[in-house]
Amino acid sequence: MFKFKTMFIAAILAFSLGTAAAPHAHAADKYITVASTTSTANSGLFDFILPKFTEKTGIEVRVVAVGTGKAIKLAQNGDADVLFVHHKPSEEKFVTEGYGVKRSDVMYNDFVMVGPKSDPAGVKGTKTAAAGLKKIADANAPFASRGDNSGTNKKELELWKGAGVDPTDASNKWYSATGSGMGATLNVASGMNAYSLTDRATWLKFKNKGDLEIVLEGDPVLFNQYGIILVNPKKHPHVKVDLGQAFIDWTIGKEGQGLINEYKILGNQAFFANAQPGT
Amino acid sequence: MTDITQAFVTALQLLITFDSSLVEIVTLSMQVSLSAVALAVLIGLPLGAALALFKFPGRNGLVVFLNALMGLPPVVVGLVVYLVLSRAGPLGVLGLLFTPMAMIIAQTILVTPIVAALTRQVVADLWVEYSEQLRSLGATPASAIPALLYDARFTLVTAVLAGFGRASAEVGAVMIVGGNIDHVTRTMTTAIALEVSKGDLALALGLGIVLISLSLAINAATYSVKQRAEAAWA
Amino acid sequence: MNKATASNLTAPDAAISQPDRATILPLRAENVSFDAGGKRLVDSLTFTLDDRLRTFILGSNGAGKSLTLRLCHGLLLPSTGRVVWEGAARGEDPLKRQAMVFQRPVLLRRTVAQNIDYALKQHGIHRRERPGIIDDVLGRTGLTRFAKSPARHLSGGEQQKLALARAWATRPQVLFLDEPTASLDPAATHAVENIIDTMHAEGTRIIMTTHDLAQAKRHADEVMFIYGGRLMEKTPAEEFFNTPRSGEAAAFLNGELRW
Repeated sequence: MFKFKTMFIAAILAFSLGTAAAPHAHAADKYITVASTTSTANSGLFDFILPKFTEKTGIEVRVVAVGTGKAIKLAQNGDADVLFVHHKPSEEKFVTEGYGVKRSDVMYNDFVMVGPKSDPAGVKGTKTAAAGLKKIADANAPFASRGDNSGTNKKELELWKGAGVDPTDASNKWYSATGSGMGATLNVASGMNAYSLTDRATWLKFKNKGDLEIVLEGDPVLFNQYGIILVNPKKHPHVKVDLGQAFIDWTIGKEGQGLINEYKILGNQAFFANAQPGT
Repeated sequence: MTDITQAFVTALQLLITFDSSLVEIVTLSMQVSLSAVALAVLIGLPLGAALALFKFPGRNGLVVFLNALMGLPPVVVGLVVYLVLSRAGPLGVLGLLFTPMAMIIAQTILVTPIVAALTRQVVADLWVEYSEQLRSLGATPASAIPALLYDARFTLVTAVLAGFGRASAEVGAVMIVGGNIDHVTRTMTTAIALEVSKGDLALALGLGIVLISLSLAINAATYSVKQRAEAAWA
Repeated sequence: MNKATASNLTAPDAAISQPDRATILPLRAENVSFDAGGKRLVDSLTFTLDDRLRTFILGSNGAGKSLTLRLCHGLLLPSTGRVVWEGAARGEDPLKRQAMVFQRPVLLRRTVAQNIDYALKQHGIHRRERPGIIDDVLGRTGLTRFAKSPARHLSGGEQQKLALARAWATRPQVLFLDEPTASLDPAATHAVENIIDTMHAEGTRIIMTTHDLAQAKRHADEVMFIYGGRLMEKTPAEEFFNTPRSGEAAAFLNGELRW
């Protein structure tokens, strides 16, 4: 009877302690840490292109996918080797403040506005995002915002500004800031039958659309540019400069760019490679 | 099919096919939580026993504090551990951030108060019963601790299970310090959070069912071992 | 004096006695008092207990008998006065030469043998010597067949015999007993009394409380009578039961004092 207990406990200890050592096996491999955004990760792009990079170079790419604000903070702290987000003003600031070496364009996708099929604010048919948002504000139609300092969120706030509306006035009335990632915000929008702004890739892959559909797209201002930056080794000497630069070069090089264009969600191209040659 | 029905179907599919990514996630979850519980037991058992037996100024305040720590919000613990382990933080040079070890550290912090607080209560109650006889035999509070802990072993198993429950169920801490990196630091709970954020609620719920089933299985196994041993000894 | 009947005990090969070991006795209490909850529960106890006798502490409920035992054994610290083991050598811990058995036996959740082993370990007996001692005391108390049984599975009487065996194993010079048979049936009581007698015969000094006057009459060499926390008299047994010196003792023996 006592034996059962001893065996049981011994088994658990052996399993857990013996394999707590296993994680360190990873440390021996070549790898870099890339701080990126949830929307990029959730689009499935990384699952598509990264294995090809690892196959070619033997370098494992570990993506920590958080909101843009958090990703930039991680990179500032030196907890990542490479920053790969989609808010150019923040990225440029990152470089000028000395945290990053150089910013390179990688690709773009676009934002779309989604809303209930019944379209109570009458957004369908408007040509510009500004006009669409103004209609939503005028109709006091529910709108779900990320409110999390992400690239998408910053874009959304710029668009409101362009429409001449301050939505934060209406917090808790028709404007809901979820403070969450794109998926969580879309869950809220779907549940509330609200309008929202999302990147196309996340929308294509999102499985809880409910009654929502795309109500506005194509306005050039909805253009969403991605940039990639190596964290500055002068600020953080431990940064894996060679491995990180290898990843950047590959991503903006012919192979990476080709794969980005190749990636499709439900038959649609999701991202459009636009790295400048010679960057 | 509603989400909930789909969830059960998904859970079954994952389990029956022994889906390899599921196995990977489950293994990591168990490794992290079991390691954290093992460490918490190593620290918490003697700590709780000592708090029960030794009187010193401020002890009552410390006991209240320890009991309150049982309710530490996991996301706060994750944040603090991140700040400590970040490259910009004091222990950044260890390079532990975004590894399973960081997750174990965070969960140990969450579980130890539970183990210690419950041990303290159990040992204190036992000491009331045993103190005269043990002292008569020549035991000091210090030398009595191992005997008391061993005597309380059945009740302590429940405390350990409570700690394990807390560890395997939390997502806030492991998400922040682990980073939910695919194949490296993705556990059951962070995987569930990920699928929710992707809107794949059925898969998320399916994973949740798997997680609950695992927890049930572990508790059932522990309970039966404990029952058999307790019948023999108590 | 009653002799221990050997009917339910195996004949010992060698008595557990300590003829050449220096004794910690005599025990001297000097003006010992004990306060709790704002009340003085034991008041100015002064007495000396010498070698070899069986002392019974008698008195009604709440008189302070159990407290007196605990004060002597060191489980409680006196509020005034002191307890001195005059025979103890300098630097020797007199507790190691004493043992106590309580009304309800406190046993660990282990086997019978392991409970005794634990006591021996606390007394610093080397691991190699312990099995022999354990076998010996289990034999003397008729518990050999229970050696590997969980201690808590034993009946009340057997558990108390185990508590005695555990005490016996450490070869105490002084054995305190707080109403050891109060919870036992007559057969178990008889067995326990026999064990105590044997221990006494082999040199252990007995200090015991009881409610059972017949038991006291059978086994006491001397009686300490406590009333209201004070020591009323300390008298040789026969004299106490026939011609007690104090009025309270007479009333007590007549059954007139509140139980």
